[in-house]
Amino acid sequence: MGAKRVVVVGAGMVAQRFVQSLRADDTDGRYEIEVYGEEQYAPYDRVALTSFFAKAGPEELLLGSQDLWDDPNVTLHSSTRVAAIDRDAQTVTLDDGSQRSYDELVLATGSSAWAPPVPGVDLPGVFMYRTLDDVAQLRDWVRAKQAIVGRPVRGAVIGGGLLGLEAAGALQSMGATATVVEFANRLMALQVDDSGGEALKSLIQRLGVQVKCGVATSEVVADADGNVGTLKFSNGGEQLVDVVVFATGIRPRDDLARAAELQVGERGGVVVDDACRTEDPHVSAIGECAAASADGFMSIGLIAPGNTMADVTAHRLLGRAEVYFGADTATKLKLLGVDVASFGDAFATTPGALEVVYSDPFSGAYKKLVMTDDASVLLGGMFVGDASAYATLRPMVGAELPGDPSSWILPEGQAERPDVELPDAANVCSCNNVTAGSIRHAVNEDGIHDLGELKSHTKAGTACGSCLPLVKKILNTELEKSGIEVSEALCEHFAMSRASLFSAIQVAGLTTFTDIIERFGSGHGCDICKPTVGSILASIYNGHVLADDRAALQDTNDRFMANVQKDGTYSVVPRIPGGEITPDKLMVIAEVAQDYGLYTKITGGQRIDLFGARLEQLPEIWQRLVDAGMESGHAYGKSLRTVKSCVGSSWCRYGVQDSAGMAIKLELRYRGLRSPHKIKVGVSGCARECAEARGKDVGVIATEKGWNVYVGGNGGFTPKHAQLLAEDVDEDTVFQVIDRYLMLYIRTADRLQRTAPWQEEYEGGLDAIRDVILNDSLGICADLDEHMTHHIDTYEDEWKAVLSDPKRLSQFTSFVNAPDQADPTLMYVEERGQRRPATPAERAELAAAGSEK
Amino acid sequence: MTTTIPANAVAVCAYDDLIPDLGVAALVGDTQVAVFRLDDDSVRAVQNLCPFSGASVMSRGITGSRGDEPTIASPIYKQVFSLVTGECLVTMDKLPVTGSADLAVYQVSIDNGQVMINLAGGQ
Repeated sequence: MGAKRVVVVGAGMVAQRFVQSLRADDTDGRYEIEVYGEEQYAPYDRVALTSFFAKAGPEELLLGSQDLWDDPNVTLHSSTRVAAIDRDAQTVTLDDGSQRSYDELVLATGSSAWAPPVPGVDLPGVFMYRTLDDVAQLRDWVRAKQAIVGRPVRGAVIGGGLLGLEAAGALQSMGATATVVEFANRLMALQVDDSGGEALKSLIQRLGVQVKCGVATSEVVADADGNVGTLKFSNGGEQLVDVVVFATGIRPRDDLARAAELQVGERGGVVVDDACRTEDPHVSAIGECAAASADGFMSIGLIAPGNTMADVTAHRLLGRAEVYFGADTATKLKLLGVDVASFGDAFATTPGALEVVYSDPFSGAYKKLVMTDDASVLLGGMFVGDASAYATLRPMVGAELPGDPSSWILPEGQAERPDVELPDAANVCSCNNVTAGSIRHAVNEDGIHDLGELKSHTKAGTACGSCLPLVKKILNTELEKSGIEVSEALCEHFAMSRASLFSAIQVAGLTTFTDIIERFGSGHGCDICKPTVGSILASIYNGHVLADDRAALQDTNDRFMANVQKDGTYSVVPRIPGGEITPDKLMVIAEVAQDYGLYTKITGGQRIDLFGARLEQLPEIWQRLVDAGMESGHAYGKSLRTVKSCVGSSWCRYGVQDSAGMAIKLELRYRGLRSPHKIKVGVSGCARECAEARGKDVGVIATEKGWNVYVGGNGGFTPKHAQLLAEDVDEDTVFQVIDRYLMLYIRTADRLQRTAPWQEEYEGGLDAIRDVILNDSLGICADLDEHMTHHIDTYEDEWKAVLSDPKRLSQFTSFVNAPDQADPTLMYVEERGQRRPATPAERAELAAAGSEK
Repeated sequence: MTTTIPANAVAVCAYDDLIPDLGVAALVGDTQVAVFRLDDDSVRAVQNLCPFSGASVMSRGITGSRGDEPTIASPIYKQVFSLVTGECLVTMDKLPVTGSADLAVYQVSIDNGQVMINLAGGQ
């Protein structure tokens, strides 16, 4: 018997989730799946639509792995609309007239943007905010207008809900002004109450967005060219505009179901039971197009319940009965950088409910908890401006809240917050429906003790990531309970993490390993703690790596300032800042390579690596490079490596800024900066990004107005794109932002932790880091700045420093009793015109040939 | 190729030439020896050949301790060896490329300020 066919109508987030869920559990291949989507893209992250403006292209928003669509049991038909359903024949008709039969039909048609029927709503320059194409067209329009008007583009957003505020942020990010026009008397009317709305309004106005509440838009009037030109309001006011975005709500797309005579809800949406079945047993509906009994036959415009419906339906098709209990409408959002969250009975509709409110007009924060009439059980809450307690409190709804409720909403440090243990049933990750209990099970029964593995095993924290701090806390608590020590110890000699050791050394002002291990450690050290302390000393004081007793702390690379190779010889890399080099210097490098028989290769960081130098040859080689005006490239250090760049506006016809010049400035600024791991930087002169800067720890990309700074990119084993930290900033700000980012990383990262995992695991993630760097939330910016200034002021070339110190030079010998004799065990063969170390077989041949002579 | 093993202890350098916690390589006949002065001022000598990489580099490793045992870590793949017995304590999940995973240990004495290595008297 062949596989049954499931036809999925719609290729959005919930459709993707359904296919993923069905494929994950349908191990026998009982179903083949056909997915039809009218958009040209594979399913993408619509929730993150606004991030499109900061991303390189639509492909960065795609959901999940491509493997799902390469699965032979799955076929994705993009740009294909389903035009009709024939339930009796169990077929669907596509927009080209062809028909497909189905055994099971899943409606995942989502919803569409809805605009009120005001005159002029279809004028050029009026946009919706729903699809990738919507935002791409909006971006193109604003850019084109910008080029014409020669002043900031005037933008307006109709609708002050979630999407409206996101759209306002998007307009601002493109350099347009933004006015939000809301018909109701407050912003985010579904999530916050009047006081919360006031707090939100004032926080958003501080960011430069105008807000008009209680105002209806009566007409959109064209300008002389027939484009959008003026907004007219019901109160008689008007406003000049170059672009208008309507974000006035969504309507479930139930037209196919209506035509197929399936029952729809009073306010739209296909009616389904608690197993997501319509009245036709072979037709299901999931996500925003469905109106579930458990939700009072209302369509819910959130992703988490849609995912649950997808899972319930997939499992039902495989014979496992599950129930959709209705949506948890709890939401936590960051709009224009402002936290907004609400959960549970946020509006205190429960009889007798008490409200505990904290409001701070200076910081703009508004926080509210809703409790039962005896103030013991948590019913819900609302946060504006600071939602840090949300992750802990949301799963506590319906449970007794320990301690004084006000302690949860007072600013950190003003009240003692009790430590709470979440009940097993508490939903920790609402995106993927992972409970505290299932996380505990994974830790205790499946023996998963690593956060990364726990994420991939339970799926917790893999969607929006906002619950990660909580997941980590549960993991650590469980490990501690079962007697497994959550060890932050560096090694057997130091019972603390690198970050703690860094602060300890800095505060105590210690400068030698002997003092440090005596004060903070035990034993004689090892190959783990010694280089770590060596790196910390270099980061704090920036002395020479071989100063005092530090030579004994360094790995062989740092000790001999070259990169050790498999045969014990070294490679030498002179600094070539920004990859820019004169022919004269190139010739010196070529002569050195020729004279010492060094294998020569161009590196990925735009410089030249010279391989096969023996220990005793290093000083002579450096001398020649230093004499020609070159210096150490620190290719061997856990430190700044290179700043890769494209040629930029001085030659390139597309470049908008001098990227090579910027790269050289950055490389000279941060050269020699010792850090927990290597640091790579890239600079691109335009959005084409030829320098691949977003694959670097720090990426700087030119814009028309300045530079965008991205952080936390990574190549290597787990590639990551760098994330936007600062936008359209000038050169001095580029330096300041990177200074602080790097110094914060150096102070707080673990040993051998690159920036990408550091910034993911930093408490509060990149948002918190941004807060430290841009808003000085920890009050340490002056300190970070001073630290970097010290580094820049005290930089010296390590090679040159050794060349002028006979005591250090004397360590560069092959044998203490035969300083001029080369290591007799080295053997080479020639390949493609250069030499390389002989393989064991080649060594045996060479030895045999040698002994015959 | 002939191998010469001096029967007696051979002077390789002055004790004062050694820097605490750092190693040097010495040639004793044709044998490469890694010599370390530790932070208690004792001197230890082991083979310079790293069993896991086949490179003569042990003198350039990092000294330290595991418990009370003084150790040396190979600079190539970071295996850790006892400086007392030569035993490989941490293999880093690798196999040696040259026979034994352990290092040969050589007898060291200080005579008149000179560091003396005796290849025959080791092990």
